[in-house]
Amino acid sequence: MDSALIPEGVKRCSLPKFLLGLAVVGGVLAWGVYAMLLCWIKGLNQSNMNDYYGFALWIWADLAIIALGGGAFFSGLLKYIFGKDELKHIINYAVLIGFICYSSALLILAIDVGQPLRSWFIFWHANVHSMLTEVAFCLSAYFAVLTIEYIPLILENRQIDKVPFFHNLSHNMHGAMAVFAATGAFLSFFHQGSLGGVAGVLFGRPFAYREHILIWPYTFFLFTWSAAAYGPSFTLFITWLTEKITKKKLVKDNVVYLLAKISGWMILTYITAKTIDTLYWMNTTAPAQGFDWSFFYQNNPLYGKWILFTEIVLCGFVPGLILVMKPTRENPSLRVTAFGLGIIGVSLNRWVMVLQTMAVPVLSFDSWAMYMPSWQEVATTILPLAYGVILIMISYRYLPIFPQERELNPITSDEVEAAAVAGDASADEKLQPVEA
Amino acid sequence: MFPFSFEWVWDMGHMVFHGGLWYALSVIGMGMTFVVIKTIVDTLQGKGGGHHH
Repeated sequence: MDSALIPEGVKRCSLPKFLLGLAVVGGVLAWGVYAMLLCWIKGLNQSNMNDYYGFALWIWADLAIIALGGGAFFSGLLKYIFGKDELKHIINYAVLIGFICYSSALLILAIDVGQPLRSWFIFWHANVHSMLTEVAFCLSAYFAVLTIEYIPLILENRQIDKVPFFHNLSHNMHGAMAVFAATGAFLSFFHQGSLGGVAGVLFGRPFAYREHILIWPYTFFLFTWSAAAYGPSFTLFITWLTEKITKKKLVKDNVVYLLAKISGWMILTYITAKTIDTLYWMNTTAPAQGFDWSFFYQNNPLYGKWILFTEIVLCGFVPGLILVMKPTRENPSLRVTAFGLGIIGVSLNRWVMVLQTMAVPVLSFDSWAMYMPSWQEVATTILPLAYGVILIMISYRYLPIFPQERELNPITSDEVEAAAVAGDASADEKLQPVEA
Repeated sequence: MFPFSFEWVWDMGHMVFHGGLWYALSVIGMGMTFVVIKTIVDTLQGKGGGHHH
């Protein structure tokens, strides 16, 4: 029924099957929307945030998905500025994933601010002494860039592309994309960094506080670095997941190897810098504020030294080394394991910098404050996942996201005939056999 | 916030923060303006027409 909208030369599941999938994920989405409306209508009392936790699950989710969405800006930087042309075969998907991550982050923020109708205050009544102001500026502007990068993909839909204006618009937007990609890299550098800077400048919280280079604490650079490192791994992981679900090869191995190798080197160099930062904090920064570093990892039910080992060794050095070495990088199982560990690692880092920072007692009569999110917080955090799945489903079905799909999955004459027998009127038009 | 807003102060913080924002928005805005104008011109000249590029 919708075959006229599906890209030429590719095969998609039947419309009822597609709609059923949408309905299942839509149910999860509806649950999240219900919780979101509760937060907006009844207020932030729907969350379990309190005087200890002004930042909680939402801010962790924000920081984690912004880091994971870093694949878009870094892939764009590599392709358009550093000339890694092979990445053109995966850049569409990186943009889509980045668009989902950043729109999700903005959605979560819209819930977290409590009064979303006053969101514009941050632009008009800006507090120029806050790193979060810079985050808000760059996040909004970068989302505009991602939207601009996503629009040409929509315009390349088979039917939309037939309209000369849209065809030309898509073509011209592609032509100017290097300018937008460079702007996106500039904006990403600062907002990723400032998110780390927020933790690093907290001199009243010795667990998070770090030394500075000029006005920027080390966490500023580590956050940007980690987003550029782990973001491409997330893009590759979602690509692998999409290939498994669709049972198709969508991107050639040489493209995956290249991005995985770059991600591996970025992870390895990042985690080395993170280790040096941690050692300096353990031996100099924390003692200077009257604390032994082990104080931050004891007398509580969750935050032990295991978390440090997991973040730095298991989810840092291990995936970095796997992706850097050719034999392990080219082993599919090990490569995907490395992507998974990397995703856990960067998410854990954001958790530690947000939640553990809040949990540590800061007054002598205080004790550890643990946190359990309300179901509304959980539902609104799962909401972007469902939204992301839906957007990927729709985009994959109707837009030419993977330029190599046709070549990697040629449609045979038998499949064309089978589709015609099934009564698909425009099957002949849609499924064009590819000669080997 | 703009320099004519009553809250505006000519200090480094306001100039750097808002200067950065306006710079980024200007590049995005000018880029899109150029793209849209070129698209209108191209379309009026009869380019396009549903061919893939």
